[in-house]
Amino acid sequence: MGDLVLHLDGISKSFGGLSALSNVNLHVEEGTTHAIIGPNGAGKSTLLNVCIGRLKPDSGRVMFDGQELTGKQPHEIAQIGVARVFQTPEIFQEMSLLENVMLPAFAHRDGSFRFNANKLLSKQGEIRDEAEHILEDVGLKDQMMMEGGSLSRGDKRRLELGMCLILHPRLLLLDEPTAGMARHDTNQTIDLLKKIKSRGMTKVIIEHDMHVVFSLADKVSVLARGQIIADGNPDEVREDPKVKEAYLGGTQ
Amino acid sequence: MDAIFIQILNGLDKGAAYALIALGLTLVFGTLGIVNFAHGALFMLGAFCAVTFQKLVTISDRVRDEGVTAFVAYKETPYLEIWFGDTGATIIDYSVPLSILFAIPIMLLIGFVMERGLIKHFYKRSHAEQILVTFGLAIVIQELIKAYFGANPIPQPAPEILAGSANVGSWFGLGNNLVYPWWRLIYLTFSGVTIFSVFAFLKFTTYGMVVRAGMRDRETVGLLGIDIERRFTIVFAIAAMVAGVAGVMYTPILPPDYHMGMDFLVLSFVVVVVGGMGSLGGAVCAGFLLGIVQSFASMNEVKEIFPGIDQIILYLVAVIVLLVLPRGLMGRTGVMDD
Amino acid sequence: MTDMKKPVLNDMLLLFIFSAVILLMPFWLEPFGAAYPDLLQKFAIYGIFAIGFNILLGLTGYLSFGHAAFLGVGSYAAVWSFKLLTMNVLPAVLFGVLFAGALAAIIGFLSLRRSGIYFSILTLAFAQMSYNLAYSVLTPITNGETGLQLDRSDPRILDRMFSEGEPAAGLPSTDLFGVTMSGYPGFYFCAVILIVCFFISIRIFRSPFGLMLKGIKSNQNRMQYTGLNTRPYMQTAFIISGMFAGLAGSLLAVTDPLAGAERMQWTASGEVVLMTILGGVGTLIGPILGAALIKYFENIFSSFNDTVLEQAFSFLPESVLDVVVPLMGLFVGSGWQLTLGLLFMVVVIFLPGGLVEGFNRIFKFIRSGKKRKGLVEPTQDQASE
Repeated sequence: MGDLVLHLDGISKSFGGLSALSNVNLHVEEGTTHAIIGPNGAGKSTLLNVCIGRLKPDSGRVMFDGQELTGKQPHEIAQIGVARVFQTPEIFQEMSLLENVMLPAFAHRDGSFRFNANKLLSKQGEIRDEAEHILEDVGLKDQMMMEGGSLSRGDKRRLELGMCLILHPRLLLLDEPTAGMARHDTNQTIDLLKKIKSRGMTKVIIEHDMHVVFSLADKVSVLARGQIIADGNPDEVREDPKVKEAYLGGTQ
Repeated sequence: MDAIFIQILNGLDKGAAYALIALGLTLVFGTLGIVNFAHGALFMLGAFCAVTFQKLVTISDRVRDEGVTAFVAYKETPYLEIWFGDTGATIIDYSVPLSILFAIPIMLLIGFVMERGLIKHFYKRSHAEQILVTFGLAIVIQELIKAYFGANPIPQPAPEILAGSANVGSWFGLGNNLVYPWWRLIYLTFSGVTIFSVFAFLKFTTYGMVVRAGMRDRETVGLLGIDIERRFTIVFAIAAMVAGVAGVMYTPILPPDYHMGMDFLVLSFVVVVVGGMGSLGGAVCAGFLLGIVQSFASMNEVKEIFPGIDQIILYLVAVIVLLVLPRGLMGRTGVMDD
Repeated sequence: MTDMKKPVLNDMLLLFIFSAVILLMPFWLEPFGAAYPDLLQKFAIYGIFAIGFNILLGLTGYLSFGHAAFLGVGSYAAVWSFKLLTMNVLPAVLFGVLFAGALAAIIGFLSLRRSGIYFSILTLAFAQMSYNLAYSVLTPITNGETGLQLDRSDPRILDRMFSEGEPAAGLPSTDLFGVTMSGYPGFYFCAVILIVCFFISIRIFRSPFGLMLKGIKSNQNRMQYTGLNTRPYMQTAFIISGMFAGLAGSLLAVTDPLAGAERMQWTASGEVVLMTILGGVGTLIGPILGAALIKYFENIFSSFNDTVLEQAFSFLPESVLDVVVPLMGLFVGSGWQLTLGLLFMVVVIFLPGGLVEGFNRIFKFIRSGKKRKGLVEPTQDQASE
């Protein structure tokens, strides 16, 4: 267990009078895998959107490694080292898998702006090697010349994960990485995430599948009706009566 | 005070034309999701309905001119006058307002054919492609009109009793030098009625309700099992008709020529964008507003301070509105964000 | 789209073939009746315009409806350079590019705050403003409706400095260190610049910069969440594209030293959109192909008239002739625009990928046909993309 790396301080957000998050505090420690679970509509995706700058919270602060993220542009947050895998995969449909993974590497390198038109793509050996390496990690190297759009949904997610990994993020946010996957694919993804974990990357995972949560998470926070109702290691949370109530008697 | 009042009045008739074109444009965009660059051409076609109608009613024969007794003289006399005498002459005099009756079925038909033949294939294509194909269509329509009617403007007289000007000033106790052509007053009333009818149609008929629901959420309406496609066709035809009758009525103000559609289209797009894409009320308000703004900008007093302002004012307003209020004056969020 | 997938043709080879095709145009276009300098110059100039436009539309997907403004500014700047400095074309071209680039920087800075159709309308609004101003208040600079022309009394500071005695009678002509830039020399000058532009375009398409622009077109959200600040990249693409347009505008002035406001009208912007779409958006060759085709047909079609048609169809019986000639007459001569509009529609409806896609389809069809017959040749692939 290391220092706090992500620190959400009293985040509130409402949409047209409907409160999605109210006074949420969350602490994620360096190097851990922190799962956020909760019934549908509990505000989990909103929470991630606040972290990456897609939404601005009504009040509260998001701190990452001593820097304030609130109010920063999405690309600035990404450059600080926060990457995200979306619920519906956000990839470049018309490009080859290799380009899909190389592109974030360029974006990472020249994000703020560099007129990088004088060195051809074919001369970018280092980045290409790394991209191929990462495609191998996520199990897509054989298909690397295929178009992104032609992949299955599960493969698209894996591709997107690869696109995030090449950024070498310090914090990786995963929004239901296994939703809609078959058991076999789910297990593969769990293995993959475990492999990443051994590299010491901090991860926040939103997940419905308890099997995934309990095989990966070091810490679990339970979000219900826009509030954190329980916090702790997986076993504690599992036994928490409030959690049981939220799931059984809750909105679901 | 008089000067301000007269500028407002002057702006209103142009504004009414903008509003009517923009209304159809935004109706089609809001319901069908189509960016129709041929909408100005529909306005122009309406104007040429009036021209055609006038040509039809004035088809003439050579008749012995009884007024000349010294020798045998002939003059061109329309058949209508030969057959119906004074009634015929009245019909010719009123050819512009009467040609609305002629234009309505024709414009509905043109709208129907256009939607079925072309537009419906573009619902799922990108806005850029819609713009391009309708732009091509607009050129085609425009060139056909030019080939048939020639390149010169064709004046269309208003009925004789409406030829003069109304002494608007005296109505409001503002002095006698405030006059305004009768026909423009008619045009204003007419556009008010048309706009009101379109809104009433959308508001009070079940048909309109479905259309409005479709503007908000097309997919859901489709899921309800409502035959949305057929309604789209009718909406498009109505938009075409509104543009067409607006064109008919505008002919005494501006003699129609083949490129009037394009001239109005670019400005109407600016109007739609200023009003907010997909907002009917916005389009109407912005139409009148921009008409008035343009009229003020062409005052000599204003031009002395900002030379050339009258040439660019509409675009300038559009740019400022778009940069400050990205969704226009009354636009909803999320429309055309892609 | 995927450049690295299969480099169909080596880029250097492509550039070489392209250069050969362009430079040899006076010869191989002879049988098409297009091998005269005025038309060839137009091919090259509008090719440059379209290449530049394609860098914006093809890579980033942003549809500008105001590129004619840059073309016009390029022309005006070039003519002023002829009037004030020298008849040498190099400064003229340089100023054309710089002024267009500066205008593009301003318009791009404002317009790129919005995307989609809002962007298109903004660019259209700026271009229309430039056009209207050029016609009215800017008359001292643009000479309004008459257009900006050379005059014997122009100062031409540099020329006067180096030449002695009275200048020759009549208007001077543009030159490149003594070589008059009209006729074939003018064409070759434009052609060389076109080839350089084509080379630049290849480099941009094949660089990380180009890939990033494609990424913005494909998924702007994803680009931002991977840490890319998209604005400066878009801005750069817009400026480059505007500079190409300015270059084309200045070359128009080089080959015919006058500049008029109609060059900035929105129909002129529409024309470059059409060229790019007709040839194939986002392809390297497509826009140039589109530009050349449109200029070719414009030239051929608009020179036809009823007499020419009657001769062409004279083999038909008179009664048929009476129907055919007026009908065909609609599409030629001053009716050329009608043909253009129809072409526009046909391309967008049936061939959204443009001619290049059309060729690719035909090529694939032929190849698959041969395969079926077992006649597979050693594959000689088509020109890139």
